[in-house]
Amino acid sequence: MSELRQEAEAIAEQFSDHLDVGPDEVEERLENLVNEYRVPLDEARRSVTNSYLDDAGMERDELGRGGAELVRVNDIDEDEQWIDLRVKLVDLWEPRSDSISQVGLLGDESGRIKFVAFETSDLAELTEGQSYELSNVVTDEYEGDYSVKLNRTTSITEIDEAVDVGDDAETVEGALVDIQSGSGLIKRCPEDDCTRVLQNGRCSEHGQVEGEFDLRIKGVLDDGKTVTEVIFDHEATEELTGMGLEEAKDMAMDALDTTVVAEEMADDVLGRYYRVTGPRFRRYVLADEVEDPGAVDVDSALIEARSI
Amino acid sequence: MSQSTPTREVAQRVFASEFNDAGYTFKESDDERAPVYLLLPTGESSNRVFFVGTLTEKEDVGEDDEYWRGRIVDPTGTFFVYAGQYQPEAASKIRDLEPPAYVAVVGKPRTYETDDGTVRVSVRPESITEVGATVRDRWVAETAERTLARVAAFDDEGNEYARMAREEYDLDPETYKAAALSALEDLDGGDELADGTDGTDGDADGPPIEDAETAEL
Repeated sequence: MSELRQEAEAIAEQFSDHLDVGPDEVEERLENLVNEYRVPLDEARRSVTNSYLDDAGMERDELGRGGAELVRVNDIDEDEQWIDLRVKLVDLWEPRSDSISQVGLLGDESGRIKFVAFETSDLAELTEGQSYELSNVVTDEYEGDYSVKLNRTTSITEIDEAVDVGDDAETVEGALVDIQSGSGLIKRCPEDDCTRVLQNGRCSEHGQVEGEFDLRIKGVLDDGKTVTEVIFDHEATEELTGMGLEEAKDMAMDALDTTVVAEEMADDVLGRYYRVTGPRFRRYVLADEVEDPGAVDVDSALIEARSI
Repeated sequence: MSQSTPTREVAQRVFASEFNDAGYTFKESDDERAPVYLLLPTGESSNRVFFVGTLTEKEDVGEDDEYWRGRIVDPTGTFFVYAGQYQPEAASKIRDLEPPAYVAVVGKPRTYETDDGTVRVSVRPESITEVGATVRDRWVAETAERTLARVAAFDDEGNEYARMAREEYDLDPETYKAAALSALEDLDGGDELADGTDGTDGDADGPPIEDAETAEL
């Protein structure tokens, strides 16, 4: 489904109780603004929504259910707002404190956001991969990063339709200056839904297990101003190094040592420049796309240099 | 989501001429194991560098154990790289490389004071890899840009490292600006493979082996 179509359906849904308007009509209006008039999608959504509000004689506040507004996670930009979310639980983390019952990442079409639920709120447990409508959650800000807190008044409704989680991808560029341990040929825990990387044949959750081989590179991109840790998964690693899983296994077998794989890979990638695009996950950018920035454009570099 | 992991030091981009002029080192804390920073004359602290140049010579200058010295040339001068038993991967890489070759180096600055009081600056490599000409050119362009930005910020109020450079060095940052611009202009003039030694550095000898070891802080 196209992004426009998703927006159109969301808008049509919002007005379903108030106006006789279908997603096709909304999509056509959005399409006109976005494709014909080059209006950014956010602005187009706003404009179309406003015109339907006018048609229905409604105020913006009356949209959505109850008092709180249905907000996209990437649009959250204010502390202590009461909002509703329509999200999928992307990831659960280990709570660091006894007062926290659940902590992790929620996502919707616009991106991902951290959430926290507290023991004292007595809420139903959320399940990874399940989509929910959460109403009455509160936004929170810490050093410019936003999160949401579930609370006693939050209502949780499971929804059958899966929410698509958009990638709030970022692009980083720099020289690959280091490959961290845990790169090359690794083994992962084969237990269902566990993919932890084994340390000396042990999974931190399931103990001694027969691991499954995988390839990855945990690297450091450095542009001379900042460093970014990047994880290249099996596919990205193979693309980067030209080495497949079978070749890596053979190589490790011959050397009776898996570390030779990372060393061999290091030769192919260290000291080169890369442009990597992907979502940020904790400290890491997960490399969905990897490009070689190629030959430097000397003329524009000169123009820029002379202007400094 | 702040993590307890210590932040990794950025690898500074600096040309050889400026790097070799930097003899002053300092620490940011009194802790004995605090990292040592090299003060760049354009006003920046550096605990790690990344550079790309032409390996023009390699020599095992060790007595009992292997101790490899590489000369790596950029458009402005020569970096000296030393790798011994404590950098086994880098040492074996230098041993295997056939000069001339473009190499990318990530490493830590090291200083060593000779008997006559001059300070020599060298690099202890964390990694060395052979790369192509496009990587070299990209590095030259990037390093020129970073150098010019440092020079442009040299007189900024609150530029602590520029203040320190003014106190510790009698060096004009404009020299590095000129060198950076000419390095960039040279990129424009075609892209023949650098064929190695052009005598950019009159002094072929780096620090002698034992002293280089004691210089390891």
